[in-house]
Amino acid sequence: MKDSKYKKITNFLLASSLFVLAIIAYAITAHVRHKENPKDKLVPTISQIIDGFQRVAFEPDRRTDEYRLVLDTVASLKRFLISLAFLVLAVLLGLYMGLFPLVNQVFHFFVLFFDKIPALALLPILFIVFGLGEVSKIALILLGVFPTIVLDTCLRVEGLPRQQLIKARTLGSSNTQIAYRVVLPQILPAVLDTIRLNFKAMILFLIAGESLAATAGLGYRIFVVRRYIAMDIIIPYVLWMSLLAFLADYLVQLWVRKRYTWNTAK
Amino acid sequence: MTHLLHLEDVYVRYTNPKGVEFTVLNDIDLKVSSGEFVSVVGPSGCGKSTLLRLILGSEPPTSGKVHFEGQTIREPGRNRGIVFQKYSLFPHLTVLDNVIYGLDAEAFGFVEGLFRPFKRRQARKEFLEEGRAYLDRVGLLESADKFPHQLSGGMQQRVAIAQSLIMKPQILLMDEPFGALDDSTRQEMQLFMLECWDKADMTVFFVTHDLEEACFLGSRVLLLSQFYESDNPHQEGSKIVTDIAVPGEHPKPTAYKYSPEMNQLIEKIRREGLNPQQRQHMKDFDLSHRDAFRTVDPKDWSPS
Repeated sequence: MKDSKYKKITNFLLASSLFVLAIIAYAITAHVRHKENPKDKLVPTISQIIDGFQRVAFEPDRRTDEYRLVLDTVASLKRFLISLAFLVLAVLLGLYMGLFPLVNQVFHFFVLFFDKIPALALLPILFIVFGLGEVSKIALILLGVFPTIVLDTCLRVEGLPRQQLIKARTLGSSNTQIAYRVVLPQILPAVLDTIRLNFKAMILFLIAGESLAATAGLGYRIFVVRRYIAMDIIIPYVLWMSLLAFLADYLVQLWVRKRYTWNTAK
Repeated sequence: MTHLLHLEDVYVRYTNPKGVEFTVLNDIDLKVSSGEFVSVVGPSGCGKSTLLRLILGSEPPTSGKVHFEGQTIREPGRNRGIVFQKYSLFPHLTVLDNVIYGLDAEAFGFVEGLFRPFKRRQARKEFLEEGRAYLDRVGLLESADKFPHQLSGGMQQRVAIAQSLIMKPQILLMDEPFGALDDSTRQEMQLFMLECWDKADMTVFFVTHDLEEACFLGSRVLLLSQFYESDNPHQEGSKIVTDIAVPGEHPKPTAYKYSPEMNQLIEKIRREGLNPQQRQHMKDFDLSHRDAFRTVDPKDWSPS
């Protein structure tokens, strides 16, 4: 038992070592630069970053009397979650495409082509069509990841052994039952993993949308304070966003591992 | 007397990647009465599994009729159970849930099940009870709450058999079900299969490449082979070259495996269809089973 305790500590040290090294390297760089030029804005010292974080997180804005970090986080999170909800449709479409050749015939090339459209290039058109509000931002995210999720789900369905579907049929199940009781539960862990890995793309599109037109949002704030090269705010914002994304990713992983024991134990 | 299965003039042709058509099954005629244990053997590539898929309904014949109880087979149905060699169980369901899957699926449509949760729960209780009884029969009651990947190959096949049997299919199709098992498990499963057949009074269509297994289990042995002679210069594809009743009582005692009769039977099958160098002419096929029949294409053999 002593062994496993030491192992835990070593594992923790190993996992955190690169984080620690990166922070040290940053601190040294900031120190050297500030020695040369005390007014350096590009690489703020760690105390400056903490100070900046405190200002955006815990002090209300002078003009609007709102906590900026909270405001921005809520705005961005809302857009992210709404997009996520729409991805349920992507999974369902992929499920039906994988199961029914006719549906696949209709959608496959269309979705594949859509998948290859660089979503960012359509951003100006989205803003013209959907206006500057929330719809265009969510549309951008969906344009970016929806087709990927559809195609991935479809591949997972097609990857299931055909024998299972036949077997389900001999056991008296209908198409709907095969879809929702045999196929969907089996591919769900893999599909959740794909969605999790696409968080990054979703956030990328989210920031792109917010950078052009918004009144609040994590991406919006970064692009506003960028004008003053306020790295002491940008860096905490970037770290905060990364942390949120990391946690979301990790939570999905945990859920998949806990909920789908039959899958992870393979 | 009508037969459970009736195949007549069945051809299956495939097209290879180069676009050339070739025949796999050549003019298959077959009737199967209920209660029979039909073993199908033949050299590899002879189309045993194709024949099984025709009866299962997962694949249509190129031409000819495939009837089950007088109806053309169009797709897999709940009256014809199947046990494959692999991928037999649903990996995301526990052993017990795998066994009762069919009962539950048949009783409640997906939507219906959602709207009548109380009734479904009530019904599920009965299903679980029945499922446990079947698991007990296959000797796996204590594994009810495990997932398939936690079971050995032999245990998985037992569950798969229980999963099919609980639906009381009129015919159980088995495609090399014990092919992936080690020898001792295989022997054990053979005895188990005979016990099931004896108790449940069912019809089994059993595809295997193991002659000993086929002769030990079957009450009737079909030999499907591409190694024969006919008068057709473009002869291609397998025919039923031997269709015999296995003599003696059924199910066989284990000792039968080591009897001279068994050896003779295996020898006969080897001679009649497994040796490419030693082909017999269509007119000499041993189709002595009482259900055996054939319609001959004059191109293949014109008795003159």
